[in-house]
Amino acid sequence: MALDHPWDRAAVLAIVNGLKHEPGALMPILRRIQDDLGWVPPASIPLIAHELNLSRAEVHGVVSFYHDLRQEPPGRNVVRVCRAESCQAMGAVALADHVRKRLGTDFGGISADGAFSLEAVYCLGNCACSPAVVINGELLGRVTPARFDGAIASLVRR
Amino acid sequence: MSSASTTTVYVPRDSSALSLGANAVADAIATEAKRRKADINLIRNGSRGLYWLEPMVEVATARGRFAYGPTSEADVPALFDAGFLDGGEHHLALGLTDDIAYLKRQSRVTFARVGITDPVSLDDYVAHGGYLGLTRALAMSGTEIVQEVTVSNLRGRGGAAFPAGIKWKTTLDQSAKQKYVVCNADEGDSGTFSDRMIMEGDPFVLIEGMTIAGVAVGASVGYIYLRSEYPDALRTLTAAIDAAGRAGYLGAHVRGSGKPFRLEIRVGAGAYICGEETAMLESLEGKRGVIRFKPPLPAIAGLFAQPTVVNNVITLASVPAIIERGGKAYNEYGFGRSRGTIPLQLAGNVKRPGLFELPFGLTLRELIGDFGGGTASGRPLRAVQVGGPLGAYFPNSMLDLTIDYEAIAGAGGLLGHGGVVVFDDTADLAQMARYAMEFCALESCGKCTPCRIGSTRGVEVIDRIIANRDRSNNVELLRDLCDTMTAGSLCALGGLTPLPVLSALKYFPEDFGLPPTKEARIGV
Repeated sequence: MALDHPWDRAAVLAIVNGLKHEPGALMPILRRIQDDLGWVPPASIPLIAHELNLSRAEVHGVVSFYHDLRQEPPGRNVVRVCRAESCQAMGAVALADHVRKRLGTDFGGISADGAFSLEAVYCLGNCACSPAVVINGELLGRVTPARFDGAIASLVRR
Repeated sequence: MSSASTTTVYVPRDSSALSLGANAVADAIATEAKRRKADINLIRNGSRGLYWLEPMVEVATARGRFAYGPTSEADVPALFDAGFLDGGEHHLALGLTDDIAYLKRQSRVTFARVGITDPVSLDDYVAHGGYLGLTRALAMSGTEIVQEVTVSNLRGRGGAAFPAGIKWKTTLDQSAKQKYVVCNADEGDSGTFSDRMIMEGDPFVLIEGMTIAGVAVGASVGYIYLRSEYPDALRTLTAAIDAAGRAGYLGAHVRGSGKPFRLEIRVGAGAYICGEETAMLESLEGKRGVIRFKPPLPAIAGLFAQPTVVNNVITLASVPAIIERGGKAYNEYGFGRSRGTIPLQLAGNVKRPGLFELPFGLTLRELIGDFGGGTASGRPLRAVQVGGPLGAYFPNSMLDLTIDYEAIAGAGGLLGHGGVVVFDDTADLAQMARYAMEFCALESCGKCTPCRIGSTRGVEVIDRIIANRDRSNNVELLRDLCDTMTAGSLCALGGLTPLPVLSALKYFPEDFGLPPTKEARIGV
């Protein structure tokens, strides 16, 4: 578990206080923390649990259940490759191999220079334009290895 | 607003169109129009669903809307040179949009406005027949509304195909201070995108459908549980809910009726299992998406233990047309016990992928051949998976199957949410079977042991079969494991993962290193 990554306690507290009176508040709170911070700091769990009158185990259980909720900060860029059936029918397996090699990390990992997080995703609803990839939130369709390299070119140089 | 000389140009804002460069096309059109001092009104519409033609640009002319596609930003100057603002000839010209054969052959009921209107314009929605259903519903009793839905024979389009009218009646019959309407917009099946297209292309129809459901059963609060993979849908839905609220279509007194209905979006966090209705309710309550035992049915004790109507996006979006035109009119479409229309989504290795809303009753061959045009690669078609990751793989020889709930189920599959994924002859079905188990292992909520543990063991057993380690015994073991998963899982994930696995084994035994079976040869 990541121990030393700094995180913004005030930001988390503001999110929790802004949403804690909603019904089923934990999910919207975690979603907002993930969206704003890019991850859900494990060290923030006691704070969230206290504010919602839940146990730390309950909050940790929810954080660890959902694929979107990262427990450590992502790389500077996030690449998500769809690995579901429709994309597989259009070459996603070969594309995934290419992306792994190109970024120098496996799925679930971060490249050594911290530039890229690589994540698997199972369906982006872009099945009619398979295979699909998301780079920093931007959806791309009919992605070939060459198109992928073109799309990340500007991010690599940075 | 537009003057007489203003030309309306449409460039889709649908996320698949965006993934192919629609924003760059729209920007190029705006820039080029400015440079040429052409007076245009650029509207970002939904997609018509003909994705091989996206980004598809349309221009409103005196003769009707003209289409051009697939376009790229580099085509834009030439389109202006060709006079596309007047429907001029160009090699990308597709003629009048209404005359495009793949649109003309459809029966667009639920998708009647998608691709035509500005998705975030309430005025446009109303100008195209929007909110007629709600207006009618507000003059009816809850029982009468539920009766119309029952008469329509609308069945849940999320996959389970349960009659919507029965669900609604169950919730209507409960007495509770608080009832809910929950829309399942966690469209996680690979090969499906109809929910996304509605939410991005005509969000008001979903809002109207949910409002009618709320008015019918006496629920004052609705939630849309939207998957996080759909950020564009979140934007359009949010804008539409705001607009509907401002105009009094949502709020404390829906259209001055005295009936309240509030609507809120909750975004998921990447868990396929949350498409299962009880796991979704848990997630909405702020918990792990672990499925619940049934009973109690959600219609009786659902969200926060209150009576809750849970329906899929397409089911709810079909309701306004049913209430407007009557359940009987909707029921006239269809085939056998599958009534109405279904938005079929054709994807994977297919030349013309897209969404085609059709009455039930077409065959798979007609869908894939007539609409899809065969494989994208030009290689022979080998397999189709119908109904998402929990659906069966069928061989080429079974494509004469009729697309309706009973026929597909009778052949050992399921129609599910209406997705059809095509594979050419390079597909390895043993690998697809392995993937089905792997996916189940990744997404299992963990409640049922056969699903949680069995799926991981399933991957290992399939690996041994592929590697020819004690193959025949391991095939027996795989069948046995699938039996246990089918019989010993509470929900469809563990219960139906055996479908793709066993159908791959049955129809494509050679991929597992087995001799062809009789079924594989004749495809029965």
